[in-house]
Amino acid sequence: METTITTYALILALPLVAFVVQVFLGKRLPRGGDWLVIGAICIDLLLSLRVFFGALFFSSFAGTPFVWNLHGWLGDADTGVLALSTGIMVDNVTAMMLVVVTSCSTLIFLFSTGYMAGHPRYGLFFAYLSLFAFSMLLLVLGNNLIALFMGWELVGLSSYLLIGFLFEEPVVAPDIVPASACKKAFITNRIGDTGFLLGILTLFSFTGKIAYGDVFEAVRNGAFGDHATLLTVAGILLFCGAMAKSAQFPLHVWLPDAMAGPTPVSALIHAATMVAAGVYMVARLYPLFTPDALTFIAYTGAFTALFGATVALVMNDIKRVLAYSTISQLGYMVFGLGVGAYSAGLFHLMTHAFFKALLFLAAGSVIHAMHRAYHHAGLEWNPRSGENDAQDMRNMGGLRKAMPVTFVTTAVAVLAISGVPFTSGFLSKDMILGGAFAFGFVEYPQHFLIPVFGFAAAILTAFYMARFLIMTFLGATRVAERGQEALRESPWNMTVPLVLLAVLCGWFWYNPDPTTIFAKGWVSSFLTPPASAVPPTLVTPSADAHHVAHLTAMLVSLVCAGAGFFAAWMLDRRGAISLEHWRLSGSRVYQLLANKYYVDELYHTTVVAGMVGLSRILGWFDKVFIDGMVNATGRFQTGLSELSGLIDKFGVDGLVNGLARFVRDTGNEVRQIQTGRIQNYIVYATVGLIVLIVVTGM
Amino acid sequence: MNAYDLAFYLIAAMALVGAAITVLSRRLVYAAFNLLLAFLGVAGLYALLAADFLAIAQVIVYVGGILVLLLFGVMLTHRIYDTTLKSVRVQPLLGGLVAAGVAVLLIRVAWNTPWNTTPELAREPTTAKIGEAFMKHYVFPFEFVSLILLVALIGAALIGRSRAPKSGNGR
Amino acid sequence: MVQLPHFLTVSALLFAAGVFAVVTRRNAVALLMGVELMLNAANLNFAAFSRFSHNALDGQIFAMLSIVTAAAEVAVALAIVLNIYRNIETIDADRAGDLRG
Repeated sequence: METTITTYALILALPLVAFVVQVFLGKRLPRGGDWLVIGAICIDLLLSLRVFFGALFFSSFAGTPFVWNLHGWLGDADTGVLALSTGIMVDNVTAMMLVVVTSCSTLIFLFSTGYMAGHPRYGLFFAYLSLFAFSMLLLVLGNNLIALFMGWELVGLSSYLLIGFLFEEPVVAPDIVPASACKKAFITNRIGDTGFLLGILTLFSFTGKIAYGDVFEAVRNGAFGDHATLLTVAGILLFCGAMAKSAQFPLHVWLPDAMAGPTPVSALIHAATMVAAGVYMVARLYPLFTPDALTFIAYTGAFTALFGATVALVMNDIKRVLAYSTISQLGYMVFGLGVGAYSAGLFHLMTHAFFKALLFLAAGSVIHAMHRAYHHAGLEWNPRSGENDAQDMRNMGGLRKAMPVTFVTTAVAVLAISGVPFTSGFLSKDMILGGAFAFGFVEYPQHFLIPVFGFAAAILTAFYMARFLIMTFLGATRVAERGQEALRESPWNMTVPLVLLAVLCGWFWYNPDPTTIFAKGWVSSFLTPPASAVPPTLVTPSADAHHVAHLTAMLVSLVCAGAGFFAAWMLDRRGAISLEHWRLSGSRVYQLLANKYYVDELYHTTVVAGMVGLSRILGWFDKVFIDGMVNATGRFQTGLSELSGLIDKFGVDGLVNGLARFVRDTGNEVRQIQTGRIQNYIVYATVGLIVLIVVTGM
Repeated sequence: MNAYDLAFYLIAAMALVGAAITVLSRRLVYAAFNLLLAFLGVAGLYALLAADFLAIAQVIVYVGGILVLLLFGVMLTHRIYDTTLKSVRVQPLLGGLVAAGVAVLLIRVAWNTPWNTTPELAREPTTAKIGEAFMKHYVFPFEFVSLILLVALIGAALIGRSRAPKSGNGR
Repeated sequence: MVQLPHFLTVSALLFAAGVFAVVTRRNAVALLMGVELMLNAANLNFAAFSRFSHNALDGQIFAMLSIVTAAAEVAVALAIVLNIYRNIETIDADRAGDLRG
């Protein structure tokens, strides 16, 4: 199964063409042009599947990735000064990412045709979706740091456009204003991007190369020489970019607000594309990370996993629960990579993409139905008091009867994210936790906090996901009676993606053995970690340690999931699943969690207030010194002008006015003969001529 | 009175009668056809003045071109069977006085001025000489006037082109 | 014997007729006819002077140029007249006063 550049060029070009056509012609095309965008992404999906299966069954990229170079892209190729070429590189990781991105995008786009139906900017929405897909594919396919960065920034831009898509709505959920949320996402990402760019420049200044292979080669050959510390710094700087894109603490703040976009956008951002970019970047540049940098990454990821899970415990907004769960799950991926469980991290990226997309689309389906119910009942959402909020789980309950398809598929996703056997999530999470277990308990006992955080997060995940499922679908309904009859299942173009994604949550796609005891599945051999380019490598956990840890870790994680579910069940039995009594008890912990550890407030009082203070100081300086100088000059000028004004007024104006008055008066007299009739003028002219000749001539 | 003089008086009479009917007739079509008479008369006078090329040019341009254009103008701006295909006259007294004044003045000038005339030269074809003069001595005016003609025709085509019907800006 | 003043007389009468038409007519096409008559009178003068003077061809050449200019003028004028007619349904020069200042 040979692949050619045509395939990849087509994969890249189709969404771009669809975007351009949509932007200019979207309104004129039938159905707003959604078929164009969906057609483009469907073809992309087929091409990606071909590439992927080629890699899986025929090992097309075994050992040597597919590389295609466009020489002389930047700089002067003749003199060789800063001569940079760009191009495309495809290996197993790329192939997997292509499939994840295009398949999630296809299903989400299809879902959008139902969710966004009737929106006045329907066509434009699809244009943005297409741009997003293109950016992500560019990011994945590029063979060098610059192309990666370009895709990275384009993803940032298109996420900005999509999150702010409902910009004309003042508030879409408590405290969420689309027009600010998109800015928050963009600016937070800029902070990470600054680090990312600095990392790229550090690498470039030492190696002089930008293509991945060349950079690795140069580093392996000692480009950093005695400055090995700088390589660690470069790695951490690069990881800063991933921290922003993949919403790692402390740059996670944009992600919960990103739900200001329409729900399909949340699914796209939280599942397949944007947040995966950071993880992909860490995986792609994996050989560059020194042991210290990897440890930093592992701690960041582990803390983020626990952090996100604790906040998700107490959220009541259906999309917020999912947003914080995304943060937590991304933490899993990142610390998986950090502890050396490379294939596990990427595997979790893939499984998470499917079940998180499913969860978000299901949430979208629920919200859609709730809106309809409230609309039917004539109830208006009150943003201030929070009444009749279609996204608040406290207003739901018992939806399983009205929405069976959504319920069943959501249940599958909840089991998967909690790591219950026979799901994809069990396989990937188990691999990560096994790696963490081997790393923290067996090999480096000083880092025992990493697996502890991981397992704690696993308990919490099971708990809050069960809570999510119970509050939304089970129990008695809390929907107002008048609205209940309007609750019904979403149309086919919304349920079909749900079902397909639910099928992808099964274990059988990834490993014939659901327990992972007997067979390891294709993933661990397909996604093998690249050889590190760092000379004194951190010894990755040996296969032995993995093997020993594996069974233990699996049992522990099963216990964790069970404990989480049991806790949720118990609380539900006591009717306390909504945690109302905890809130009412005024617990400090509850307050801390409900306010998301006050991170936003912290930023507001430090960073934002600091900036405002600095601008005030600068403003004061401006006012006193600069303005003073300007004003003094101005006053001098004013005096001068007043003087010349006097001259003007009495000297020049007098003359001009006198002249003008004379002209006006004369004109008033003369205009009497201007009748506007040509004939009269001719008569005047001829009479004048006659008089002239008579007077002078005769 | 020789044949030349006779021809002059006949042709001059034709031209003047044509002009008179042109300006006096109330019917525009009559006026246009009598203008033809006046133009032909002027062409005849050119011939008498030994300006053969000018005479032919007068026939071709005025009679063949301008007059046809004028007729088109008449017909396109009026419903042909309309009885109102007439031209209203205004202030005929004033007009008559002015015209008479001009005529008297010019005729007096013509007869009273001691013109520095030369004896009539021999009559010979002028076409070759005019052509040579246009190509040599008068090449700049020639080119210039052709440019004017070109610009004017383009302008006329542009102005006269019918546009997409829109509600008149008049009444 | 027909001499220069005879021609000039005919020219003067033609010119006077043109003036009369221009002064008294209100129809734009009729106005144009008057203008054409005046132009013809002028051309006749050129030809006549050319005949009765030394440098024989200058007057004729000037008359030629004048004829060409007249053709251009008529073309433009008629185009304007047609346009006015299309827009305000009349070619009465007195009533086509929308552009009057």
